[in-house]
Amino acid sequence: MAATPASPATGGDDRRLAELRALIASHKRWDLAFAGVGILCLAFGVAAFVALFLEMAIDGFPRLSWDFFTSFPSRRAGSAGILSAWVGSLLVMLVTALAAVPLGVGAGVYLEEYAPRNWVTDVIEINVTNLAGVPSIVYGLLALGLFVYQFGLGQSILTAGLTLALLILPVVIVATREAIRAIPIAIREGAYALGATKWQTTSDHIVPYAMPGILTGVIIGLARAIGETAPIITIGALTFIAFLPPSPVGTDFPFLNFEWLTSPFTVMPIQMFNWTSRPEEAFQLNAAAAGLVLVVMTLAMNALAIWLRYRLRKNIKW
Amino acid sequence: MSAVPRPIVDTGAVPAAQDNLVLKAEARDLSFYYGAFKALKHLNMPVYDRKVTALIGPSGCGKSTFLRSFNRMHDLYPGNRYEGQIRMFPDDIDILSPKVDPIEVRMRISMVFQKPNPFPKSIYENVAYGMRVRGVRRKSLIDDKVEEALRGAALWGEVQGRLHDLAFNLSGGQQQRLCIARALATDPEILLFDEPTSALDPIATASIEELVGILREKVTILIVTHNMQQAARVSDFTAYMYLGEIMEFGETGQIFIKPTRKETEDYITGRFG
Repeated sequence: MAATPASPATGGDDRRLAELRALIASHKRWDLAFAGVGILCLAFGVAAFVALFLEMAIDGFPRLSWDFFTSFPSRRAGSAGILSAWVGSLLVMLVTALAAVPLGVGAGVYLEEYAPRNWVTDVIEINVTNLAGVPSIVYGLLALGLFVYQFGLGQSILTAGLTLALLILPVVIVATREAIRAIPIAIREGAYALGATKWQTTSDHIVPYAMPGILTGVIIGLARAIGETAPIITIGALTFIAFLPPSPVGTDFPFLNFEWLTSPFTVMPIQMFNWTSRPEEAFQLNAAAAGLVLVVMTLAMNALAIWLRYRLRKNIKW
Repeated sequence: MSAVPRPIVDTGAVPAAQDNLVLKAEARDLSFYYGAFKALKHLNMPVYDRKVTALIGPSGCGKSTFLRSFNRMHDLYPGNRYEGQIRMFPDDIDILSPKVDPIEVRMRISMVFQKPNPFPKSIYENVAYGMRVRGVRRKSLIDDKVEEALRGAALWGEVQGRLHDLAFNLSGGQQQRLCIARALATDPEILLFDEPTSALDPIATASIEELVGILREKVTILIVTHNMQQAARVSDFTAYMYLGEIMEFGETGQIFIKPTRKETEDYITGRFG
Protein backbone atom coordinates (compact mmCIF):
# COMPACT_ATOMS: atom_id res chain seq x y z
CA MET A 1 0.00 0.00 0.00
CA ALA A 2 3.09 2.22 0.20
CA ALA A 3 2.65 3.42 -3.36
CA THR A 4 -0.94 4.57 -2.90
CA PRO A 5 -1.26 8.18 -1.79
CA ALA A 6 -3.05 8.39 1.52
CA SER A 7 -6.50 9.80 1.24
CA PRO A 8 -7.68 12.09 4.02
CA ALA A 9 -10.68 9.91 4.69
CA THR A 10 -8.85 6.65 5.35
CA GLY A 11 -5.40 7.03 6.77
CA GLY A 12 -3.62 10.35 6.45
CA ASP A 13 -4.31 11.13 10.06
CA ASP A 14 -1.07 10.35 11.97
CA ARG A 15 -2.74 10.59 15.33
CA ARG A 16 -5.31 7.92 14.49
CA LEU A 17 -2.61 5.61 13.21
CA ALA A 18 -0.61 6.07 16.43
CA GLU A 19 -3.69 5.25 18.51
CA LEU A 20 -4.31 2.14 16.43
CA ARG A 21 -0.75 0.98 16.94
CA ALA A 22 -0.95 1.58 20.68
CA LEU A 23 -4.14 -0.45 20.80
CA ILE A 24 -2.58 -3.36 18.92
CA ALA A 25 0.51 -3.20 21.16
CA SER A 26 -1.64 -3.34 24.29
CA HIS A 27 -3.55 -6.35 22.89
CA LYS A 28 -0.31 -8.07 22.04
CA ARG A 29 0.85 -7.77 25.66
CA TRP A 30 -1.80 -10.37 26.47
CA ASP A 31 -0.28 -12.71 23.89
CA LEU A 32 3.04 -12.37 25.63
CA ALA A 33 1.49 -12.74 29.09
CA PHE A 34 -0.29 -15.95 28.15
CA ALA A 35 2.77 -17.39 26.47
CA GLY A 36 4.62 -16.85 29.75
CA VAL A 37 1.88 -18.45 31.87
CA GLY A 38 1.63 -21.35 29.42
CA ILE A 39 5.34 -22.08 29.56
CA LEU A 40 5.20 -22.04 33.38
CA CYS A 41 2.32 -24.54 33.42
CA LEU A 42 4.12 -26.78 31.00
CA ALA A 43 7.43 -26.53 32.85
CA PHE A 44 5.71 -27.50 36.12
CA GLY A 45 4.30 -30.72 34.66
CA VAL A 46 7.44 -31.65 32.78
CA ALA A 47 9.69 -30.86 35.75
CA ALA A 48 7.61 -33.03 38.07
CA PHE A 49 7.79 -35.96 35.66
CA VAL A 50 11.49 -35.53 34.99
CA ALA A 51 12.24 -35.29 38.73
CA LEU A 52 10.28 -38.46 39.50
CA PHE A 53 11.79 -40.35 36.62
CA LEU A 54 15.33 -39.17 37.33
CA GLU A 55 15.12 -40.08 41.01
CA MET A 56 13.91 -43.54 40.09
CA ALA A 57 16.52 -43.86 37.37
CA ILE A 58 19.38 -42.78 39.65
CA ASP A 59 18.29 -45.18 42.39
CA GLY A 60 17.42 -48.04 40.14
CA PHE A 61 19.86 -47.90 37.26
CA PRO A 62 22.86 -49.40 39.15
CA ARG A 63 20.68 -52.45 40.01
CA LEU A 64 19.92 -53.20 36.35
CA SER A 65 21.96 -56.15 35.19
CA TRP A 66 21.43 -59.41 33.35
CA ASP A 67 20.97 -61.12 36.71
CA PHE A 68 18.20 -58.74 37.71
CA PHE A 69 16.13 -59.89 34.73
CA THR A 70 16.93 -63.59 35.12
CA SER A 71 16.58 -64.01 38.90
CA PHE A 72 13.53 -64.82 40.96
CA PRO A 73 12.65 -62.63 43.94
CA SER A 74 14.67 -63.41 47.02
CA ARG A 75 14.86 -62.58 50.71
CA ARG A 76 18.27 -61.06 50.04
CA ALA A 77 17.84 -57.81 48.17
CA GLY A 78 21.12 -58.11 46.34
CA SER A 79 20.22 -61.35 44.57
CA ALA A 80 16.53 -60.62 44.00
CA GLY A 81 15.30 -60.16 40.43
CA ILE A 82 12.18 -59.64 38.35
CA LEU A 83 12.11 -62.80 36.24
CA SER A 84 8.73 -64.03 37.46
CA ALA A 85 7.34 -60.49 37.34
CA TRP A 86 8.17 -59.61 33.75
CA VAL A 87 7.24 -63.04 32.46
CA GLY A 88 3.96 -62.74 34.39
CA SER A 89 3.30 -59.25 32.99
CA LEU A 90 4.00 -60.44 29.47
CA LEU A 91 1.69 -63.46 29.70
CA VAL A 92 -1.10 -61.46 31.33
CA MET A 93 -0.79 -58.84 28.57
CA LEU A 94 -1.01 -61.60 25.97
CA VAL A 95 -4.29 -62.84 27.44
CA THR A 96 -5.56 -59.27 27.79
CA ALA A 97 -4.81 -58.46 24.15
CA LEU A 98 -6.27 -61.72 22.85
CA ALA A 99 -9.49 -61.13 24.79
CA ALA A 100 -9.88 -57.35 24.44
CA VAL A 101 -9.09 -56.94 20.73
CA PRO A 102 -11.78 -59.20 19.24
CA LEU A 103 -14.38 -58.15 21.83
CA GLY A 104 -13.62 -54.45 21.59
CA VAL A 105 -13.29 -54.29 17.81
CA GLY A 106 -16.42 -56.40 17.37
CA ALA A 107 -18.42 -54.20 19.72
CA GLY A 108 -17.08 -50.98 18.18
CA VAL A 109 -17.80 -52.11 14.63
CA TYR A 110 -21.28 -53.21 15.61
CA LEU A 111 -22.06 -49.90 17.29
CA GLU A 112 -20.81 -47.85 14.32
CA GLU A 113 -21.96 -49.93 11.37
CA TYR A 114 -24.80 -52.16 12.43
CA ALA A 115 -26.59 -50.84 15.52
CA PRO A 116 -29.94 -49.18 14.79
CA ARG A 117 -30.07 -45.54 15.87
CA ASN A 118 -32.43 -45.67 18.83
CA TRP A 119 -32.47 -45.06 22.57
CA VAL A 120 -31.16 -48.55 23.42
CA THR A 121 -28.04 -47.86 21.38
CA ASP A 122 -27.72 -44.44 22.99
CA VAL A 123 -27.87 -45.97 26.48
CA ILE A 124 -25.25 -48.58 25.52
CA GLU A 125 -23.00 -45.90 24.06
CA ILE A 126 -23.20 -43.74 27.19
CA ASN A 127 -22.47 -46.79 29.34
CA VAL A 128 -19.44 -47.80 27.30
CA THR A 129 -18.00 -44.31 27.66
CA ASN A 130 -18.73 -44.32 31.38
CA LEU A 131 -17.09 -47.72 31.85
CA ALA A 132 -13.78 -46.10 30.94
CA GLY A 133 -14.11 -43.99 34.08
CA VAL A 134 -14.90 -46.81 36.53
CA PRO A 135 -12.09 -47.15 39.12
CA SER A 136 -9.96 -50.16 38.34
CA ILE A 137 -10.40 -51.70 41.79
CA VAL A 138 -14.10 -52.12 41.00
CA TYR A 139 -13.10 -54.32 38.07
CA GLY A 140 -10.94 -56.27 40.51
CA LEU A 141 -13.91 -56.87 42.81
CA LEU A 142 -16.10 -57.90 39.88
CA ALA A 143 -13.44 -60.30 38.65
CA LEU A 144 -12.96 -61.80 42.12
CA GLY A 145 -16.65 -62.62 42.32
CA LEU A 146 -17.13 -63.64 38.71
CA PHE A 147 -13.93 -65.18 37.36
CA VAL A 148 -12.34 -66.50 40.57
CA TYR A 149 -15.37 -67.80 42.48
CA GLN A 150 -18.23 -68.11 39.98
CA PHE A 151 -16.28 -69.53 37.02
CA GLY A 152 -13.63 -71.12 39.22
CA LEU A 153 -10.74 -69.83 37.15
CA GLY A 154 -8.65 -69.33 40.27
CA GLN A 155 -6.04 -66.69 40.98
CA SER A 156 -4.50 -67.34 37.63
CA ILE A 157 -2.97 -65.62 34.63
CA LEU A 158 -6.25 -66.22 32.79
CA THR A 159 -8.25 -64.39 35.48
CA ALA A 160 -5.82 -61.48 35.51
CA GLY A 161 -5.76 -61.24 31.72
CA LEU A 162 -9.54 -61.29 31.45
CA THR A 163 -9.89 -58.71 34.25
CA LEU A 164 -7.51 -56.30 32.55
CA ALA A 165 -9.24 -57.02 29.23
CA LEU A 166 -12.52 -55.81 30.78
CA LEU A 167 -10.67 -52.77 32.06
CA ILE A 168 -9.35 -51.71 28.65
CA LEU A 169 -12.40 -52.83 26.68
CA PRO A 170 -13.95 -49.33 26.70
CA VAL A 171 -10.67 -47.86 25.46
CA VAL A 172 -10.58 -50.33 22.56
CA ILE A 173 -14.25 -49.77 21.74
CA VAL A 174 -13.91 -45.99 21.76
CA ALA A 175 -10.70 -46.13 19.68
CA THR A 176 -12.38 -48.45 17.17
CA ARG A 177 -15.40 -46.18 16.83
CA GLU A 178 -13.30 -43.08 16.40
CA ALA A 179 -11.11 -44.75 13.80
CA ILE A 180 -14.21 -45.87 11.90
CA ARG A 181 -15.77 -42.41 12.07
CA ALA A 182 -12.62 -40.92 10.55
CA ILE A 183 -13.25 -42.88 7.34
CA PRO A 184 -14.97 -40.53 4.87
CA ILE A 185 -18.58 -41.32 3.99
CA ALA A 186 -17.57 -41.20 0.31
CA ILE A 187 -15.40 -44.32 0.75
CA ARG A 188 -18.22 -46.20 2.44
CA GLU A 189 -20.70 -45.13 -0.25
CA GLY A 190 -18.18 -46.09 -2.93
CA ALA A 191 -18.21 -49.66 -1.66
CA TYR A 192 -21.98 -49.82 -1.29
CA ALA A 193 -22.45 -48.34 -4.76
CA LEU A 194 -20.58 -51.33 -6.22
CA GLY A 195 -23.14 -53.65 -4.67
CA ALA A 196 -21.23 -54.60 -1.54
CA THR A 197 -23.20 -55.85 1.45
CA LYS A 198 -22.70 -54.39 4.89
CA TRP A 199 -20.38 -57.23 5.84
CA GLN A 200 -18.33 -56.90 2.62
CA THR A 201 -18.01 -53.16 3.20
CA THR A 202 -17.03 -53.72 6.83
CA SER A 203 -14.51 -56.50 6.30
CA ASP A 204 -12.98 -55.27 3.01
CA HIS A 205 -12.88 -51.56 3.81
CA ILE A 206 -14.00 -50.26 7.18
CA VAL A 207 -11.94 -52.52 9.44
CA PRO A 208 -8.73 -52.47 7.33
CA TYR A 209 -8.82 -48.68 6.99
CA ALA A 210 -9.60 -48.26 10.69
CA MET A 211 -6.76 -50.62 11.70
CA PRO A 212 -4.11 -47.96 12.42
CA GLY A 213 -6.44 -46.21 14.85
CA ILE A 214 -7.62 -49.47 16.39
CA LEU A 215 -4.07 -50.70 16.97
CA THR A 216 -3.10 -47.40 18.54
CA GLY A 217 -6.05 -47.69 20.91
CA VAL A 218 -5.22 -51.29 21.78
CA ILE A 219 -1.59 -50.50 22.57
CA ILE A 220 -2.47 -47.44 24.63
CA GLY A 221 -4.98 -49.63 26.50
CA LEU A 222 -2.32 -52.30 27.09
CA ALA A 223 0.13 -49.65 28.27
CA ARG A 224 -2.44 -48.67 30.85
CA ALA A 225 -3.15 -52.28 31.80
CA ILE A 226 0.49 -53.23 32.30
CA GLY A 227 0.81 -50.72 35.13
CA GLU A 228 -2.46 -51.68 36.85
CA THR A 229 -1.97 -52.95 40.39
CA ALA A 230 -5.24 -52.65 42.29
CA PRO A 231 -7.42 -55.13 40.36
CA ILE A 232 -4.59 -57.67 40.21
CA ILE A 233 -4.13 -57.51 43.97
CA THR A 234 -7.89 -57.80 44.46
CA ILE A 235 -8.10 -61.04 42.53
CA GLY A 236 -5.27 -62.33 44.69
CA ALA A 237 -2.08 -62.38 42.67
CA LEU A 238 0.80 -63.63 44.77
CA THR A 239 3.49 -61.18 45.70
CA PHE A 240 6.26 -63.71 46.02
CA ILE A 241 6.65 -66.15 43.13
CA ALA A 242 9.83 -68.13 42.77
CA PHE A 243 8.89 -70.19 39.73
CA LEU A 244 7.78 -69.62 36.15
CA PRO A 245 4.47 -70.70 34.65
CA PRO A 246 4.70 -73.76 32.36
CA SER A 247 6.02 -72.71 28.98
CA PRO A 248 3.30 -72.03 26.39
CA VAL A 249 5.47 -73.60 23.69
CA GLY A 250 6.58 -77.20 24.20
CA THR A 251 8.89 -79.59 22.42
CA ASP A 252 6.26 -82.34 22.09
CA PHE A 253 3.25 -82.39 19.80
CA PRO A 254 1.08 -80.25 19.61
CA PHE A 255 3.86 -77.88 20.73
CA LEU A 256 1.39 -75.62 22.51
CA ASN A 257 0.04 -76.05 25.98
CA PHE A 258 -2.35 -73.96 27.95
CA GLU A 259 -1.38 -74.95 31.50
CA TRP A 260 0.23 -71.56 31.92
CA LEU A 261 -3.19 -69.98 31.83
CA THR A 262 -4.11 -71.51 35.19
CA SER A 263 -0.74 -70.87 36.81
CA PRO A 264 -0.30 -68.52 39.78
CA PHE A 265 1.68 -65.46 38.82
CA THR A 266 2.92 -62.05 39.76
CA VAL A 267 3.32 -58.92 37.66
CA MET A 268 5.73 -55.99 37.60
CA PRO A 269 3.73 -53.46 39.62
CA ILE A 270 2.98 -56.05 42.31
CA GLN A 271 6.64 -56.95 42.56
CA MET A 272 7.38 -53.24 42.98
CA PHE A 273 4.64 -52.85 45.56
CA ASN A 274 6.05 -55.80 47.48
CA TRP A 275 9.55 -54.34 47.52
CA THR A 276 8.47 -50.81 48.50
CA SER A 277 6.69 -52.23 51.54
CA ARG A 278 9.93 -53.77 52.83
CA PRO A 279 11.88 -51.82 55.46
CA GLU A 280 15.36 -52.47 54.05
CA GLU A 281 16.86 -49.70 51.94
CA ALA A 282 18.25 -52.19 49.40
CA PHE A 283 14.74 -53.35 48.50
CA GLN A 284 13.74 -49.75 47.74
CA LEU A 285 16.51 -49.70 45.15
CA ASN A 286 15.12 -52.92 43.65
CA ALA A 287 11.69 -51.28 43.49
CA ALA A 288 13.18 -48.28 41.70
CA ALA A 289 14.93 -50.55 39.20
CA ALA A 290 11.70 -52.49 38.57
CA GLY A 291 9.85 -49.18 38.19
CA LEU A 292 12.38 -48.05 35.64
CA VAL A 293 11.85 -51.24 33.65
CA LEU A 294 8.08 -50.79 33.84
CA VAL A 295 8.24 -47.18 32.64
CA VAL A 296 10.53 -48.17 29.77
CA MET A 297 8.09 -50.98 28.84
CA THR A 298 5.20 -48.50 28.81
CA LEU A 299 7.11 -45.92 26.78
CA ALA A 300 8.20 -48.62 24.36
CA MET A 301 4.56 -49.65 23.84
CA ASN A 302 3.57 -46.04 23.17
CA ALA A 303 6.47 -45.69 20.75
CA LEU A 304 5.28 -48.85 18.99
CA ALA A 305 1.78 -47.35 18.74
CA ILE A 306 3.14 -44.18 17.14
CA TRP A 307 5.33 -46.14 14.73
CA LEU A 308 2.51 -48.48 13.72
CA ARG A 309 0.17 -45.58 13.11
CA TYR A 310 2.76 -43.86 10.98
CA ARG A 311 3.54 -47.00 9.00
CA LEU A 312 -0.05 -48.03 8.35
CA ARG A 313 -1.30 -44.53 7.58
CA LYS A 314 1.28 -43.92 4.91
CA ASN A 315 -1.05 -45.63 2.43
CA ILE A 316 -4.18 -43.87 3.60
CA LYS A 317 -4.71 -40.21 2.84
CA TRP A 318 -7.89 -38.32 3.50
CA MET B 1 -39.14 -58.52 -28.30
CA SER B 2 -42.47 -56.98 -27.57
CA ALA B 3 -43.38 -53.38 -28.23
CA VAL B 4 -40.89 -50.78 -27.09
CA PRO B 5 -42.04 -49.39 -23.74
CA ARG B 6 -43.17 -45.80 -23.94
CA PRO B 7 -43.31 -43.24 -21.16
CA ILE B 8 -46.78 -43.29 -19.73
CA VAL B 9 -46.70 -39.62 -18.90
CA ASP B 10 -46.64 -36.67 -21.18
CA THR B 11 -43.32 -35.01 -20.43
CA GLY B 12 -43.93 -31.92 -22.48
CA ALA B 13 -41.74 -31.71 -25.52
CA VAL B 14 -41.84 -34.89 -27.53
CA PRO B 15 -38.37 -35.74 -28.81
CA ALA B 16 -38.25 -35.52 -32.58
CA ALA B 17 -36.69 -38.91 -33.21
CA GLN B 18 -38.62 -40.72 -30.53
CA ASP B 19 -39.20 -43.76 -32.66
CA ASN B 20 -35.54 -44.71 -32.34
CA LEU B 21 -35.61 -44.28 -28.60
CA VAL B 22 -35.80 -47.20 -26.21
CA LEU B 23 -36.86 -46.58 -22.66
CA LYS B 24 -34.32 -47.82 -20.09
CA ALA B 25 -35.90 -46.47 -16.95
CA GLU B 26 -38.69 -44.19 -15.96
CA ALA B 27 -39.58 -42.23 -12.83
CA ARG B 28 -43.29 -42.40 -12.20
CA ASP B 29 -44.80 -40.02 -9.68
CA LEU B 30 -41.61 -40.27 -7.62
CA SER B 31 -41.53 -38.43 -4.31
CA PHE B 32 -38.80 -38.64 -1.73
CA TYR B 33 -38.69 -37.65 1.92
CA TYR B 34 -35.74 -36.94 4.21
CA GLY B 35 -37.70 -37.54 7.40
CA ALA B 36 -40.58 -35.08 7.15
CA PHE B 37 -38.96 -32.96 4.43
CA LYS B 38 -40.30 -33.67 0.97
CA ALA B 39 -37.22 -33.30 -1.23
CA LEU B 40 -38.70 -34.65 -4.49
CA LYS B 41 -42.24 -33.93 -5.56
CA HIS B 42 -44.04 -36.24 -7.94
CA LEU B 43 -41.32 -36.55 -10.55
CA ASN B 44 -42.01 -38.10 -13.93
CA MET B 45 -39.13 -38.57 -16.29
CA PRO B 46 -38.01 -41.09 -18.90
CA VAL B 47 -34.41 -42.26 -19.14
CA TYR B 48 -33.62 -43.44 -22.67
CA ASP B 49 -31.36 -46.35 -23.42
CA ARG B 50 -27.79 -45.42 -24.39
CA LYS B 51 -28.51 -41.72 -24.20
CA VAL B 52 -27.10 -39.14 -21.82
CA THR B 53 -29.68 -37.45 -19.63
CA ALA B 54 -28.53 -34.40 -17.70
CA LEU B 55 -30.15 -33.09 -14.51
CA ILE B 56 -29.61 -29.38 -14.02
CA GLY B 57 -30.93 -26.85 -11.55
CA PRO B 58 -29.83 -24.58 -8.70
CA SER B 59 -28.29 -25.95 -5.49
CA GLY B 60 -30.80 -27.74 -3.31
CA CYS B 61 -33.23 -28.38 -6.16
CA GLY B 62 -33.06 -32.15 -5.54
CA LYS B 63 -31.07 -33.23 -8.59
CA SER B 64 -28.55 -35.26 -6.55
CA THR B 65 -31.35 -36.66 -4.41
CA PHE B 66 -33.12 -37.78 -7.59
CA LEU B 67 -29.93 -39.34 -8.97
CA ARG B 68 -29.20 -41.19 -5.73
CA SER B 69 -32.68 -42.71 -5.83
CA PHE B 70 -31.65 -44.69 -8.90
CA ASN B 71 -29.18 -46.83 -6.96
CA ARG B 72 -31.08 -46.74 -3.67
CA MET B 73 -28.26 -44.83 -1.95
CA HIS B 74 -30.86 -43.31 0.38
CA ASP B 75 -31.50 -46.76 1.86
CA LEU B 76 -28.17 -46.48 3.68
CA TYR B 77 -29.54 -43.85 6.02
CA PRO B 78 -32.48 -44.10 8.40
CA GLY B 79 -35.54 -41.90 8.05
CA ASN B 80 -35.55 -41.74 4.24
CA ARG B 81 -38.65 -42.75 2.32
CA TYR B 82 -39.61 -43.13 -1.33
CA GLU B 83 -43.05 -42.85 -2.84
CA GLY B 84 -43.91 -43.72 -6.40
CA GLN B 85 -41.75 -45.79 -8.72
CA ILE B 86 -38.67 -45.93 -10.83
CA ARG B 87 -39.30 -48.65 -13.38
CA MET B 88 -36.39 -50.26 -15.10
CA PHE B 89 -36.59 -51.95 -18.49
CA PRO B 90 -36.56 -54.34 -20.26
CA ASP B 91 -37.62 -56.41 -17.25
CA ASP B 92 -40.09 -53.70 -16.10
CA ILE B 93 -39.44 -53.87 -12.36
CA ASP B 94 -39.86 -51.08 -9.83
CA ILE B 95 -36.34 -50.66 -8.45
CA LEU B 96 -37.68 -48.70 -5.46
CA SER B 97 -39.99 -51.50 -4.38
CA PRO B 98 -39.20 -52.83 -0.89
CA LYS B 99 -39.32 -56.26 -2.49
CA VAL B 100 -36.29 -55.43 -4.64
CA ASP B 101 -32.97 -55.74 -2.83
CA PRO B 102 -31.03 -52.44 -3.05
CA ILE B 103 -27.85 -54.50 -3.55
CA GLU B 104 -29.34 -56.03 -6.70
CA VAL B 105 -30.15 -52.52 -7.94
CA ARG B 106 -26.60 -51.30 -7.20
CA MET B 107 -25.15 -54.27 -9.05
CA ARG B 108 -27.03 -53.18 -12.18
CA ILE B 109 -26.68 -49.42 -11.79
CA SER B 110 -23.23 -48.02 -11.04
CA MET B 111 -22.34 -44.62 -9.69
CA VAL B 112 -19.49 -42.13 -9.99
CA PHE B 113 -19.34 -39.60 -7.19
CA GLN B 114 -18.72 -35.89 -6.94
CA LYS B 115 -15.24 -36.18 -5.51
CA PRO B 116 -12.99 -39.00 -6.71
CA ASN B 117 -13.27 -41.64 -3.98
CA PRO B 118 -10.82 -44.43 -4.80
CA PHE B 119 -10.23 -46.99 -2.07
CA PRO B 120 -6.81 -46.76 -0.38
CA LYS B 121 -5.73 -49.81 -2.34
CA SER B 122 -3.88 -50.41 -5.59
CA ILE B 123 -5.22 -49.25 -8.96
CA TYR B 124 -5.84 -52.90 -9.84
CA GLU B 125 -7.71 -53.68 -6.63
CA ASN B 126 -9.91 -50.62 -7.04
CA VAL B 127 -11.14 -51.77 -10.44
CA ALA B 128 -11.34 -55.41 -9.37
CA TYR B 129 -13.44 -54.74 -6.27
CA GLY B 130 -16.80 -54.87 -8.04
CA MET B 131 -15.92 -58.34 -9.32
CA ARG B 132 -14.70 -59.47 -5.92
CA VAL B 133 -18.06 -58.41 -4.48
CA ARG B 134 -19.70 -60.60 -7.11
CA GLY B 135 -17.58 -63.56 -6.05
CA VAL B 136 -15.38 -63.68 -9.18
CA ARG B 137 -12.21 -65.57 -8.24
CA ARG B 138 -10.53 -66.42 -11.56
CA LYS B 139 -7.50 -64.18 -11.82
CA SER B 140 -7.32 -64.29 -15.60
CA LEU B 141 -10.95 -63.17 -15.81
CA ILE B 142 -10.35 -60.31 -13.36
CA ASP B 143 -7.14 -59.30 -15.17
CA ASP B 144 -8.97 -59.08 -18.50
CA LYS B 145 -11.86 -57.16 -17.02
CA VAL B 146 -9.56 -54.70 -15.21
CA GLU B 147 -7.78 -53.97 -18.49
CA GLU B 148 -11.04 -53.63 -20.40
CA ALA B 149 -12.49 -51.26 -17.79
CA LEU B 150 -9.32 -49.15 -17.64
CA ARG B 151 -9.30 -48.93 -21.44
CA GLY B 152 -12.98 -48.00 -21.33
CA ALA B 153 -12.18 -45.19 -18.92
CA ALA B 154 -9.26 -43.98 -21.11
CA LEU B 155 -6.81 -44.63 -18.30
CA TRP B 156 -5.07 -47.82 -19.44
CA GLY B 157 -2.22 -46.08 -21.25
CA GLU B 158 -1.34 -44.00 -18.21
CA VAL B 159 -1.39 -46.79 -15.63
CA GLN B 160 -0.67 -50.07 -17.42
CA GLY B 161 2.88 -50.29 -16.07
CA ARG B 162 1.93 -49.54 -12.48
CA LEU B 163 -1.34 -51.33 -11.79
CA HIS B 164 -0.18 -52.21 -8.30
CA ASP B 165 0.66 -48.66 -7.27
CA LEU B 166 -1.62 -46.96 -4.82
CA ALA B 167 -4.61 -45.23 -6.38
CA PHE B 168 -3.87 -42.12 -4.27
CA ASN B 169 -0.72 -41.51 -6.27
CA LEU B 170 -2.81 -40.63 -9.34
CA SER B 171 -3.87 -37.06 -10.13
CA GLY B 172 -7.43 -35.94 -9.38
CA GLY B 173 -8.58 -36.42 -12.97
CA GLN B 174 -6.94 -39.84 -13.18
CA GLN B 175 -8.56 -40.82 -9.88
CA GLN B 176 -11.97 -39.87 -11.25
CA ARG B 177 -11.36 -41.91 -14.41
CA LEU B 178 -10.28 -44.77 -12.12
CA CYS B 179 -13.61 -44.46 -10.33
CA ILE B 180 -15.33 -44.60 -13.73
CA ALA B 181 -13.32 -47.74 -14.58
CA ARG B 182 -14.34 -49.21 -11.22
CA ALA B 183 -17.98 -48.53 -12.06
CA LEU B 184 -17.60 -49.90 -15.62
CA ALA B 185 -15.88 -53.14 -14.62
CA THR B 186 -19.16 -54.72 -13.62
CA ASP B 187 -20.95 -53.95 -16.90
CA PRO B 188 -23.64 -51.67 -15.46
CA GLU B 189 -26.83 -51.05 -17.39
CA ILE B 190 -27.02 -47.46 -16.19
CA LEU B 191 -24.14 -45.24 -15.07
CA LEU B 192 -24.92 -42.42 -12.64
CA PHE B 193 -22.64 -39.39 -12.46
CA ASP B 194 -23.07 -37.02 -9.52
CA GLU B 195 -21.33 -33.79 -10.58
CA PRO B 196 -18.29 -35.82 -11.62
CA THR B 197 -16.11 -32.86 -12.59
CA SER B 198 -16.85 -30.38 -9.82
CA ALA B 199 -13.58 -31.23 -8.03
CA LEU B 200 -11.46 -31.27 -11.22
CA ASP B 201 -9.49 -28.72 -13.23
CA PRO B 202 -10.61 -27.74 -16.77
CA ILE B 203 -8.30 -30.20 -18.57
CA ALA B 204 -9.40 -33.15 -16.43
CA THR B 205 -12.98 -31.99 -16.88
CA ALA B 206 -12.60 -32.02 -20.66
CA SER B 207 -11.25 -35.58 -20.57
CA ILE B 208 -14.17 -36.78 -18.43
CA GLU B 209 -16.66 -35.10 -20.76
CA GLU B 210 -14.99 -36.71 -23.76
CA LEU B 211 -15.25 -40.04 -21.97
CA VAL B 212 -18.95 -39.56 -21.32
CA GLY B 213 -19.35 -38.99 -25.06
CA ILE B 214 -17.69 -42.34 -25.79
CA LEU B 215 -19.44 -44.30 -23.03
CA ARG B 216 -22.93 -43.36 -24.21
CA GLU B 217 -22.47 -45.75 -27.12
CA LYS B 218 -22.61 -48.63 -24.68
CA VAL B 219 -24.34 -47.56 -21.50
CA THR B 220 -27.23 -45.38 -20.40
CA ILE B 221 -25.96 -42.32 -18.56
CA LEU B 222 -27.61 -40.04 -16.06
CA ILE B 223 -25.52 -37.05 -15.07
CA VAL B 224 -26.06 -34.33 -12.49
CA THR B 225 -24.20 -31.14 -13.25
CA HIS B 226 -24.27 -27.56 -12.07
CA ASN B 227 -22.37 -26.55 -15.18
CA MET B 228 -24.84 -25.60 -17.90
CA GLN B 229 -22.28 -25.71 -20.69
CA GLN B 230 -21.40 -29.22 -19.60
CA ALA B 231 -25.02 -30.32 -19.80
CA ALA B 232 -25.28 -28.71 -23.24
CA ARG B 233 -22.08 -30.39 -24.42
CA VAL B 234 -22.54 -33.94 -23.19
CA SER B 235 -26.23 -34.69 -22.94
CA ASP B 236 -29.00 -35.77 -25.31
CA PHE B 237 -31.79 -34.94 -22.89
CA THR B 238 -31.96 -32.42 -20.11
CA ALA B 239 -34.24 -32.04 -17.13
CA TYR B 240 -34.38 -28.70 -15.37
CA MET B 241 -35.25 -29.13 -11.70
CA TYR B 242 -36.32 -26.54 -9.19
CA LEU B 243 -37.44 -27.00 -5.56
CA GLY B 244 -37.84 -30.73 -5.92
CA GLU B 245 -39.80 -30.63 -9.15
CA ILE B 246 -38.95 -31.20 -12.77
CA MET B 247 -39.85 -27.90 -14.40
CA GLU B 248 -39.00 -29.00 -17.89
CA PHE B 249 -37.67 -32.07 -19.65
CA GLY B 250 -36.75 -32.38 -23.28
CA GLU B 251 -34.06 -32.78 -25.85
CA THR B 252 -30.99 -30.84 -24.80
CA GLY B 253 -31.02 -28.73 -27.96
CA GLN B 254 -34.60 -27.71 -27.42
CA ILE B 255 -34.11 -26.98 -23.69
CA PHE B 256 -31.13 -24.75 -24.37
CA ILE B 257 -32.34 -23.05 -27.54
CA LYS B 258 -36.04 -22.59 -27.00
CA PRO B 259 -37.19 -23.69 -23.56
CA THR B 260 -40.96 -23.73 -23.28
CA ARG B 261 -40.98 -22.37 -19.75
CA LYS B 262 -39.85 -18.96 -18.63
CA GLU B 263 -38.21 -20.38 -15.45
CA THR B 264 -35.99 -22.67 -17.49
CA GLU B 265 -34.95 -19.85 -19.76
CA ASP B 266 -34.15 -17.61 -16.78
CA TYR B 267 -31.97 -20.29 -15.23
CA ILE B 268 -30.17 -21.21 -18.43
CA THR B 269 -29.45 -17.64 -19.38
CA GLY B 270 -28.14 -16.92 -15.90
CA ARG B 271 -30.84 -14.53 -14.82
CA PHE B 272 -31.59 -16.87 -11.95
CA GLY B 273 -29.81 -19.57 -9.94
